[in-house]
Amino acid sequence: MYKYDQYDQAMVDARVEEFRDQARRRLEGKLTEDQFKPLRLMNGLYLQLHAYMLRVAIPYGTLNSLQMHVLADIADKYDRGYGHFTTRQNIQYNWIKLEDAADILADLAKVEMHAIQTSGNCIRNISSDHFAGAAADEIVDPRPYAELLRQWSSFHPEFSYLPRKFKIAVIASDTDRAAMRLHDIGIQIVKNDAGELGAAFYVGGGMGRTPMVAPCINGFVPLDRLVTYAEACLRVYNRHGRRDNKYKARIKILVHEMGAEEYTRQVEAEYAHLLEEGVEPPFAELERIRTYFEDPLFEAGAPEEVDRSDPDFAVWVDRNTVAHKEAGYVSAVISLKPVGGIPGDATAEQMRLMADLAKDYSFDELRVMHTQNIVLPHVRKADLHALWTALDEAGLGSPNLDTVEDIIACPGLDYCSLANARSIPIAQRISERFAANGKTGTLGELKLKISGCINACGHHHAGHIGILGVDRKGVENYQLLLGGSEAEDVSLAKITGPGFDENGIVDAVETVTNVYESERQDGERFLDTYRRIGMNPFKEALYG
Amino acid sequence: MRLLTGNDLKTGAVTWWTGSDWSIHVEDAADVTGNEDEIARREEASRRVNSPYAVDAELHEGSPRPAHIKERVRALGPTVRPDLTLKPADPEIGNWVI
Repeated sequence: MYKYDQYDQAMVDARVEEFRDQARRRLEGKLTEDQFKPLRLMNGLYLQLHAYMLRVAIPYGTLNSLQMHVLADIADKYDRGYGHFTTRQNIQYNWIKLEDAADILADLAKVEMHAIQTSGNCIRNISSDHFAGAAADEIVDPRPYAELLRQWSSFHPEFSYLPRKFKIAVIASDTDRAAMRLHDIGIQIVKNDAGELGAAFYVGGGMGRTPMVAPCINGFVPLDRLVTYAEACLRVYNRHGRRDNKYKARIKILVHEMGAEEYTRQVEAEYAHLLEEGVEPPFAELERIRTYFEDPLFEAGAPEEVDRSDPDFAVWVDRNTVAHKEAGYVSAVISLKPVGGIPGDATAEQMRLMADLAKDYSFDELRVMHTQNIVLPHVRKADLHALWTALDEAGLGSPNLDTVEDIIACPGLDYCSLANARSIPIAQRISERFAANGKTGTLGELKLKISGCINACGHHHAGHIGILGVDRKGVENYQLLLGGSEAEDVSLAKITGPGFDENGIVDAVETVTNVYESERQDGERFLDTYRRIGMNPFKEALYG
Repeated sequence: MRLLTGNDLKTGAVTWWTGSDWSIHVEDAADVTGNEDEIARREEASRRVNSPYAVDAELHEGSPRPAHIKERVRALGPTVRPDLTLKPADPEIGNWVI
């Protein structure tokens, strides 16, 4: 994985000391909260319902075991013994003291981590495929391109005060595991007929109060023009994006209102201009970055056989391991979704265990999934039983990847100052319901996503089943949505009808899965059945 | 009744104006009806609280209970982690929030 050079380290160290001084001045009363707020947000420090919250960037979701150990140490030393992995492959701590914040950033900087650009109207942490570098279906590891864009976007003076926040995802396979087309810019590394690599740019996607799927504005940008094209996209947005209304300030609104054709025309014009200016970093820099992402030393001829005599282990292998590009290896998903648990939460002890297991079994590497689980990307099949045994003993062996129990949930009203309703208790009750009725396995792939407000951190628009919490005269109420997908078959979910209370929404989810069970044809997922039969049978069952 | 609340500057902890000081316990909160702006200005200037604001509340079994669920969650702690709330030993406290 990428290693900081002297410039990276100097930038991060300088930022820590700058923030230490800013925090000191705030505590001494030399800065008001109005003055300090934008400064702390630039360093990932929010003020949430119960305390300050620190969001730490995990670039493209990649961590080594030392970094995971430091995240665990921070949880113990400065927080309350746990952290929450987010839907943008980051981690956040919910109980941070302002007087500790600079020390935490200093601890992070020692292991090449920071909290820069995890808030504010800038280019946020670049996300990517959590199986990057391991997936059997990728044409190339997308992370070097994500890293190049990270370096380009870090402290970019032109893009530090955009009309609104800006999120970029990079993938390199036809299977979209990063919700690429629901980002401000989604980039897919592709190969043309001549076998050359390039980047397809999808611009203007997003969730939130106005969900939109990004259209493709250029199907093949040469990779030695990647940064230039991204800069052109940002420049046109920075020039025309609305700053008078935060609800209409995201690039999706600009692309929609301007029209994708006109937006593309302006981007291409800007691109031509920028090519003359020569803003692209030397291709040698991309080559330098790429050397950090070379394959680990896989064992040639690693055995393919897995002893499946333990039935619980066999279920976990079937559900939670994913095909690897190297024979004899898989990517193993560690579920942070135990039945009745809090999606994405991990204790410091669990973090340390995952770090140690990564060191023992996955070439020292971990990934954070935007679905709030953890991946060990390169595990020998021969090591799977030992790995599963250790995970299971620590409560990390739930075999539920992509099932109805594998729920994305934002922190909701239990933690978030923006939320209108609680998300986590709904996720807990749904996972308990389906664990109790024994249908988790038979329902197959079923992606359920819950947000506690319209900002959609829980990706409810993209759920096969989505749930949106709203405030109805001071009482929590939950809207049910069906038919969304954030994968390559991307679609936006539609609301079924009137919302439900806390008990009703759990029943409603079971009701729509009953409809699926009675209507599905061979091989159909919930989403496939919904798309074939439409909304009406589900509405009939829900509302009569 | 109206309660004045904010966050402690150093720790970020939720605090409530008691009439003479700040407390993390909402049951200590005083009715500030009519005086909220003046107290908020004074206390924020003295850095004893961060971003204070007033909320509606009612008396519930003799103690103030914020009218909105968001403020009740703030007052107690996350409903999904009773061990991290201000009353971890009270099995019925969730009913006060919801």
